[in-house]
Amino acid sequence: MSDTLLEIKDLKVHFPIRSKHLFGGVTKYVKAVDGVSFYIEKGETLGLVGESGSGKTTVGRSILRAIEPTEGQVTFNVDGKMLDLAQLTDKEMRTFRKHMQLIFQDPYSSLNPRMTVRDIIAEPLVAQELAKGKEVDERVRDAAALCKLNLEYLRRFPHAFSGGQRQRIGIARALISQPQFVVCDESVSALDVSIQAEILNLLMDLQAEFGFTYLFIAHDLSVVAHISKRVAVMYLGQFVELAPTKELFYAPKHPYTEALMSAIPEVDPDQEMTPVHLEGEIPSPINPPSGCRFHTRCPYVQDICKTEIPKWQEIEKEHFVGCHFANTLTLNGVEIPDTIAAAD
Amino acid sequence: MTSTTNETINGPDLLDVKDLKISFKTDEGIITAVDGINFSVKRGQTLGIVGESGSGKSVSTWSIMRLLPKNSIIDKSSSIQFHRKDGKKVEITRLKPNGRELREIRGGEVALIFQEPMSSFSPVYTIGNQIIEAVLQHRNVSKDEAKEIAIDMLDKVGISNPRQRFKQFPFELSGGMRQRAMIAVALSMNPSLLIADEPTTSLDVTIQAQILKLMRDLQQDLGMAIIFITHNLGVIAQVADEVEVMYLGKILERGTAKEIIHRSQHPYTQALLKAIPQLDSTGERLTAISGDIPSPLSRPAGCPFHTRCEKVMPGICDVEMPNPTQLSDTHTVYCFLHEEKDV
Repeated sequence: MSDTLLEIKDLKVHFPIRSKHLFGGVTKYVKAVDGVSFYIEKGETLGLVGESGSGKTTVGRSILRAIEPTEGQVTFNVDGKMLDLAQLTDKEMRTFRKHMQLIFQDPYSSLNPRMTVRDIIAEPLVAQELAKGKEVDERVRDAAALCKLNLEYLRRFPHAFSGGQRQRIGIARALISQPQFVVCDESVSALDVSIQAEILNLLMDLQAEFGFTYLFIAHDLSVVAHISKRVAVMYLGQFVELAPTKELFYAPKHPYTEALMSAIPEVDPDQEMTPVHLEGEIPSPINPPSGCRFHTRCPYVQDICKTEIPKWQEIEKEHFVGCHFANTLTLNGVEIPDTIAAAD
Repeated sequence: MTSTTNETINGPDLLDVKDLKISFKTDEGIITAVDGINFSVKRGQTLGIVGESGSGKSVSTWSIMRLLPKNSIIDKSSSIQFHRKDGKKVEITRLKPNGRELREIRGGEVALIFQEPMSSFSPVYTIGNQIIEAVLQHRNVSKDEAKEIAIDMLDKVGISNPRQRFKQFPFELSGGMRQRAMIAVALSMNPSLLIADEPTTSLDVTIQAQILKLMRDLQQDLGMAIIFITHNLGVIAQVADEVEVMYLGKILERGTAKEIIHRSQHPYTQALLKAIPQLDSTGERLTAISGDIPSPLSRPAGCPFHTRCEKVMPGICDVEMPNPTQLSDTHTVYCFLHEEKDV
């Protein structure tokens, strides 16, 4: 797999909970991410969906080592050599960070109100010492122009900008260090539909021009479907399914994916939504259920699900799923639109 | 709510809003948030209001309960007529801000649920306490009876172990549970109108689907009308009988959910629908609406959308606001493209 950019093996992130007593020490762990393995190819967009608390954000940040992984490997392809990021020292990591960037959700709180737009965009260059003097200004102007920001506004402060423009500033800041890999963590969730469309277009244009690789985290399934080549579904710290986008949406193999798909509100008053009913609530990641983590809410639960952890298996080419009955269940996905059905 | 019968569209009026104009006094000048809109809600009907941030969808509906900040001004010519349960018609804009009648209507006959279920409860009282408080305010019952009503309501909105949940604090409930609890508070007074302001926006899709179903079931049981505010056209398509599209304080198009989604005539509505990412368009460029929403401090003259409209006609759209054009009994559009055809 020479075109693999990132390979993640058995990634775990456990957060310790300290006892209330002064000398109690650590008694429990929140298992935010608990054994996740996947790869991302160069230039592709991998979507990551799941309910709040499923660990999507932690996966994204632990790849960047913004949160330290507890266990597992994160290998990054640097000119053909695979480098394990989890093993790098802090200093080595610091110089490596220019290859990876993060675009945040909230365009309001992710920009320092006391810095000018120019300084915000230039920060990665300055922090990484990638450029000096005039070159910084040149590259800031280039990045701003690519993100269609008005160059006259570079001396202004972020409060003068609308949500969409602020998100452009955040994107300009992310791309200025010419990263190979960008984590978009709910990057369009806070925006209005019309602005969201523009930002999605911008992200896709930049990918076409510079070959960026994205990990696109969002809870809006149609946004993820639009931009991603493949999509992973997360539940309670683990992946339950990962497949090429259309396969995942039209022919899901995991009951949780089916439930998610059935809950997408169709933009069509003639098609009534019939969501799969999930029992109860997402369990606590401190004491995840035994066996398959989804068994407490799964409508197809069997005895084996309560005791045995399902294997993460590739049941069709590039279609991974963690369910004991992935091959026997017949599940419903999103209804295939007539246009596509006819083409097939 | 999806079953659009003629009965709900043509049912008896519950709320009539005429020429509603709301502005805010700020340091930078007067901001007009809602600029002369008309709408009405029939009993048992769901009216959906769609619009982007700053369109005035929240301000226009919160004014029905007179829940606006102190610096707000409702124009003298505006009228909000509400038909009370006892058959009396009241003019909400003329009521005393803290008078008895307004307090009876607020919460008792018109209830509100909002987006953020965490901040809408007081963190220091139990869920049960807060429902009882509301019930005692509006119903002539004893504290024990109020408790039973509260537990019954928690049960109705699908909260398991209502007797135990009754004693819990808001932080002990998940987002979906808190939203259910808020619906329980709102519905415990059996209101005839529920204003739901982005009630599912901060929830996960699976929980959103559950809450929408719950609201639909409760509406059928209790026969209340709902004003459902959202920016999500998918949600609107699923819940609304009638839909209003708002932009910068004006209504640009109004019609049944089918008319708005399948046969929209206003360029803004059409652009909004095109901007939604669809599964079968993976990887394609989306049709974005160019430019930003103008600041309410410098509202464009004429049709508010003309600065971003693809079909703008200079000299016409930027001069005057178009008059309503009636396309069917239920479908109205405010756009010069259609006005011409009429003349």
